[in-house]
Amino acid sequence: MRSVRRLLAASAVLALAAGLTACSSSGSGSASNSSAPARPEVKGTVTVFAAASLKESFTELGKRFEAAYPGTTVTFNFGGSSALAQSIVSGAPVDVFAAASPATMKTVTDAKLTGGDPTVFVRNTLEIAVAKGNPKKITGLKDLSGVKTALCAKEVPCGAAAVTALNAAGVQLTPVTYEQDVKGALTKVELGEVDASLVYRTDVKADSAKIEGVNFPEAAKAVNDYPIAALAKAPNSNGAAAFLGYVGSADARRVLTEAGFQTP
Amino acid sequence: MTRASTPRTTPAPHPRGRRRPRGSGRVPAALLLPALLGLAFLVLPLLGLLVRAPWSALPELLTGTEVWQALRLSLLSATLATGVALVLGVPLAWLLARTEFPGRRLVRALVTLPLVLPPVVGGVALLLVLGRNGILGRWLDDWTGITLPFTTTGVVIAEAFVAMPFLVISVEGALRAADPRYEEAAATLGASRLTAFRRVTLPLVAPGIGAGAVLAWARALGEFGATITFAGNFPGRTQTMPLAVYLAMESDPEAAIALSLILLTVSIAVLAGLRDRWMSTP
Repeated sequence: MRSVRRLLAASAVLALAAGLTACSSSGSGSASNSSAPARPEVKGTVTVFAAASLKESFTELGKRFEAAYPGTTVTFNFGGSSALAQSIVSGAPVDVFAAASPATMKTVTDAKLTGGDPTVFVRNTLEIAVAKGNPKKITGLKDLSGVKTALCAKEVPCGAAAVTALNAAGVQLTPVTYEQDVKGALTKVELGEVDASLVYRTDVKADSAKIEGVNFPEAAKAVNDYPIAALAKAPNSNGAAAFLGYVGSADARRVLTEAGFQTP
Repeated sequence: MTRASTPRTTPAPHPRGRRRPRGSGRVPAALLLPALLGLAFLVLPLLGLLVRAPWSALPELLTGTEVWQALRLSLLSATLATGVALVLGVPLAWLLARTEFPGRRLVRALVTLPLVLPPVVGGVALLLVLGRNGILGRWLDDWTGITLPFTTTGVVIAEAFVAMPFLVISVEGALRAADPRYEEAAATLGASRLTAFRRVTLPLVAPGIGAGAVLAWARALGEFGATITFAGNFPGRTQTMPLAVYLAMESDPEAAIALSLILLTVSIAVLAGLRDRWMSTP
């Protein structure tokens, strides 16, 4: 929680500094409260690269951010965290990067490209996704060895979390497929090709028309942290700071928890 | 033997061997420059792979069993998929080239559809028909207990689905370029349509079939989207080389480049070998 407050403070300071250096600040009151920094300085396009699992919630946050800061547009690029990290390292002009795992963020911090340390802004846990009505009566991880299961490949964040959870439960499991990403694992359940798959809670929530989630206690041992950071070479550094500040706001936290994320 | 001077639409070499047009002077710059640019455009990215390849780590990567598993599966499934494409595609090409029926244009368009369909969509379409809950797959499951997704058979089906149009288009082009009078002559001499097809048409368009098969095989070898969607990804059973490369890219880009190089080397070796075996006149 402290990290978010620090973020907010940092962005407020940045915005204030920008306000002081601007010559024609239209009499902005110096009593800027911390949730709404001095506004006229944040303009233009804010480019955000975000993990695919953030798609629904960040699209919503983008709309609200644009409403809060008139004159800004947020453009998103959603995709697999590792692919996004690769393109940032290859020099893509990005303001903010939100990854689905600390490991993928590390690719960017190792290349010394982040402005300041990344902060964890949400957490995601696993659920067992089953078809609506749970026809196979799955209650926990141990039931998965008797049915057709899809897991994410261990190379991607959801797969790494699945391995941790299964080990914690002491369950030996041979799935029929190791999917390339969480959406693939979900599609296989949706189409009825597998009986269950291990996906994020947020994915189950976003797809609640066809899928339901089964909670299991070992999920607590495999929590996925989502770090977010502004890029050092952000083309729109004010915009980046403001967006980071906004993601830490109470308003944004509400959107994220509604989507099924836990906030630290 | 005189040949009809119809324009060839296949990349098949001239059956008379290498005949260079005589008296060709200098190559005009207007052609040479874009030709060289085109070559550079195709070759430079591959050179980039070679430059970035982790040569020192290659031996270690090559000793991994998963790599060989994936490579073996890739070669096997691409070859089987090409076989399926030949058995079903050559007759289909003949039908399109040699018979008149209403709606032929529409059928031809439908045949080429997998070429433009995004691969993942192709995979989903296959699931909707042949999957466990698919239109046909459901019967198959009920009557025989066979399910195709997540099996090596599923890989072959996905690859054949994507690769067959290449073969059909190549062979149809070759059939249109081949002179139908030979078949007519065979018919007047008492050959049935099937005999004429077997003894006259097939030898005539053999180079076109060879070229189409090579194209289809190469396409099947590189197929990713439909395969992972329809057959999933399981080492030794459905993890082909492109799937292994994709997942290696997630964790270790250098390993992914090395794997790509192995795939490239093997496919170039196979294609070059085939070219000499099949596509030259004995």
